[in-house]
Amino acid sequence: MYSDKVIDHYTAPRNVGSFEKEDKDVGTGVVGAPECGDVMKLQLKVENDRIIDAKFKTFGCGSAIASSSLATEWVKGKTIEEAAEITNSEIAEELNLPPVKIHCSVLAEDAIKAAIKDYKQRKQNT
Amino acid sequence: MSDYIYLDNAATTPVDPRVFEAMTPFFIQHYGNAASRNHWFGWKADEAVTNAREQIASLVGCSAKEIIFTSGATESNNLAILGAAQMYREKGNHIITCLTEHKAVLDPVHHLETQGFKTTFLKVDKNGMIDLTELEAAITDQTILISLMAVNNEIGVLHPIDEIGRIARKHGVLFHTDATQAAGKIPIDVDKAQIDLLSLSGHKIYGPKGIGALYVRRRNPRVRLSPIVFGGGHERGMRSGTLNVPGIIGLGAACYYCMQEMSQESQRLISLREKLEAGLKENLDYVFLNGHPQKRLPGILNLSFSYVEGESLMMGMENIAVSSGSACTSASLEPSYVLRALGIGPELAHCSIRFSLGRFTTDEEIEKTIEKTTSVVQRLREMSPLYDMAKEGIDISKIQWAETH
Repeated sequence: MYSDKVIDHYTAPRNVGSFEKEDKDVGTGVVGAPECGDVMKLQLKVENDRIIDAKFKTFGCGSAIASSSLATEWVKGKTIEEAAEITNSEIAEELNLPPVKIHCSVLAEDAIKAAIKDYKQRKQNT
Repeated sequence: MSDYIYLDNAATTPVDPRVFEAMTPFFIQHYGNAASRNHWFGWKADEAVTNAREQIASLVGCSAKEIIFTSGATESNNLAILGAAQMYREKGNHIITCLTEHKAVLDPVHHLETQGFKTTFLKVDKNGMIDLTELEAAITDQTILISLMAVNNEIGVLHPIDEIGRIARKHGVLFHTDATQAAGKIPIDVDKAQIDLLSLSGHKIYGPKGIGALYVRRRNPRVRLSPIVFGGGHERGMRSGTLNVPGIIGLGAACYYCMQEMSQESQRLISLREKLEAGLKENLDYVFLNGHPQKRLPGILNLSFSYVEGESLMMGMENIAVSSGSACTSASLEPSYVLRALGIGPELAHCSIRFSLGRFTTDEEIEKTIEKTTSVVQRLREMSPLYDMAKEGIDISKIQWAETH
């Protein structure tokens, strides 16, 4: 039922945790809703427009946890422009998600974009 | 296999080895058709079927002639509902059931709506109980059938079948009960509860899959049903088709052992279930019971572990088989309609796990389950943004969540 990659990310999720939300170098994206069964919080730490670290916390099924774990791995080292180009279909393909779980990858893409948006807004305001 | 712990007995049960043993001669040795009246093979099969019919009848307190064999409880429910609706169509066109019934009741009732029948789906309270006053008020001069389950399959709540039967009889309405989860687990007497139609299944009571029965009352009143399967007029014309003799022998034996062991087995299951519930609640915060705290089946425990999604929890439990009301376990992405009917918010419905204990569940397995469930819930909460918010004192239900999936 689950691909090996989903199981791997579920059993040994990468980059679980949180950064200080108020840190001006941190962008936070929270997407999903508890009533839909998944909420993802993804945080990026940015230095000179490059993502130097990422953390996540996810409430959701194994595929949602794996999608967000993979997203944190992928964004690290990328510029924020590069990270914004990560698509849900790349995530779904990498994790071999079945059609019913595609929305998990959509959520991960949304979380990256929301975190970038938050980072940019905070930058502007300082 | 010994590494696996099976706590999904409400989904299906293993065949009891004693039941299996009773069935085996009827595959290779006594393979006759029970409808063959003219030779030894037929007589041998018919004799065994007659005996099994008695065993099943004893379990629910009816006469053997009132048992109709089917392929399972889904077919029994379909035959009871569609068969009664068709037969009594002249008398009325209104059927009463409940929101938390199994799909095998809801779907035939919905089908009847397309045939011009009127329906009432009773609501339930937060414990899953129907309101008897509402039931009685819903009855009209057009009502021909009330179909209410004896025990709910997801939360184990016991409906007050004695009172339902009394109300139905008082108004001259037929009472069908889906007793798939109840039969063999708690005492049921069709006369005491004034039940007119009762569905049961083999594979929920340590019998084989593919066999079930429908009790159809023969006197006071004599209930008649239009068949839904035609071809040969077996089973008093209500269900054609060659009898599944090994299955029937298995169902009979399964009923026999359930009846023999019911009182001690239910005590044993209650104590294991209580141990499981207490153990989990002791180790973990934010654990909620779904269903009625007292009026419930011995073997079913449905809990919500807040801030942990059910499917990911089951994934972490690895070799422990349970089920969840989480949306992610179904193709529809909707969480359990039964839990929703109880007024349980979707955020808690997504977090629900049903543990269903059975005849072969051991004390050691319950201990391992407490241990494993605790560690997985703790691990997943560590990575749950909702758990963080709860600890910070943020009320999640008050947040405007933007996304809808």
